[in-house]
Amino acid sequence: MKYVLMFVETERFARELQAMGELERQAAYAAVGRWFADNADKITRHTHLAPVHTATTMRLDQPEPMVTDGPYLEGKEVVSGFAEVEVADLDEALRLARTWPACPIVEIRPAS
Amino acid sequence: MSGPVPREVLAGVVREHAGRLAASLVSLLGDFSAAEDLVQDAVETALRRWPVEGVPDRPDAWLFTVARRRGLDVLRRESNHRAKLARLTWPGPAPPDDRLRLIFTCCHPALSRGAQIALTLRVVCGLSVAQIAAAFIVPETTVAQRITRAKRKIGEAGIPYRVPAGEELPSRLGEVLAVIYLLFNEGYLSNTAERAQARDLVADAEWLAALLAGLMPKEPEAAGLLALIRLHRARGAARFDARGRLVLLADQDRGLWDRQAIAAATALLTCAAHTHRRPGPYQLQAAIVACHAEAATFADTDWAQILVLYDMLLHLAPSPVTRLHRAVAVRYAQGPAAALAELNALGDALERYPLFHATRAELLRDLERHEEAHRADRRALELTANPAQQALLEERLLGWD
Repeated sequence: MKYVLMFVETERFARELQAMGELERQAAYAAVGRWFADNADKITRHTHLAPVHTATTMRLDQPEPMVTDGPYLEGKEVVSGFAEVEVADLDEALRLARTWPACPIVEIRPAS
Repeated sequence: MSGPVPREVLAGVVREHAGRLAASLVSLLGDFSAAEDLVQDAVETALRRWPVEGVPDRPDAWLFTVARRRGLDVLRRESNHRAKLARLTWPGPAPPDDRLRLIFTCCHPALSRGAQIALTLRVVCGLSVAQIAAAFIVPETTVAQRITRAKRKIGEAGIPYRVPAGEELPSRLGEVLAVIYLLFNEGYLSNTAERAQARDLVADAEWLAALLAGLMPKEPEAAGLLALIRLHRARGAARFDARGRLVLLADQDRGLWDRQAIAAATALLTCAAHTHRRPGPYQLQAAIVACHAEAATFADTDWAQILVLYDMLLHLAPSPVTRLHRAVAVRYAQGPAAALAELNALGDALERYPLFHATRAELLRDLERHEEAHRADRRALELTANPAQQALLEERLLGWD
């Protein structure tokens, strides 16, 4: 089955990343790189999003499309990236998610 | 067999066979939801016809035949089920241990706790939606929706039909044990006179724990949970007085306890603990209850041993509620002042927990601080929704208002 893992950052995680020294941050990025390499056979695609302050939202449910600055949902948690994976079932997707070394929340959804 | 069939016998037969049928149909069809529909239909037919016709000699074969007929009906009407049902050769029910996969699927952590409970009762124990609704005092539509949504999620999110292995097993088993323990608690705490007509969830929980312990002989926590439930049930007759009021442990007539059942459950626990030497929260809770159950009188209770067991339990599973229970043991081992000191550290965590205030009231009364005891009892009464506990607290408050 195909699933999309949505990586969700929290404010606290962003602060911790900010507070890291250069070496520490490099190690954190290296862990993420290793995760993608280790699971390359299951990951069909992945995207890292630019920070949330770059987001623009368009609402089409009114007479004129409305463009606003910022994400569609203001909150302390923001989606920072996606990975599309091809695995046998939800348990295998959960196993992958469990080893994710970065941001603290991962939403897993089946995709077609 | 023929003649009228008592309700409990009927429930027992259905429980024994519905889960097996569901397990074999999920294997055959590879579709949890479709299999569950067929089982539900077969069970409802049985509940309609068996009280009149008597329970057949082979209830499993009977249920299987009804499910098969229904399955073939569906095949004729719905083209999308054709592929699945075409696979059906109906060779006969699968071996009984297939129910383990069923249990782990129903208690998958990707389902909400409410869905896990409803689905387990429905699919593994064969309860009808109406019976589940009555047991939890919620509308039938709520239960039906919860089950439908859970079945959809199993299919669409790809929740596998499998017993987890390796490093996943401990947490997944914990999930199953938590569902059974919650069911037990729900039945045990709501077991009052008004609810006498409701389904006995305690019996379902014991049955599930026994099934799990039988299918997973290498897991001492399953045996621990079974022993825990049986030790509580063995003392059930003494928990309420003739007027249906709750009787505290210290005041219970121990002559009403089932000593044979207590000895058997203690033996089960001891055997599991000695064979595996892997203590866990359920084994430790059962050991604490066994200490109480083995005391000939309240005064004979081995409080020192109980304190040791609570310390082990808190080491494995720290929780403010467990610390509250430990404080009760401290009261008898070291006196009410020491126990009250322990309680004072828990006020923040348990402010909304009625038993915290009820326990505090008892300790304050021991220390002759009656005004404060009264206030604590009042607070406990405000917080509890359980009618038997309410009655007990109201009685204590009599003479004050």
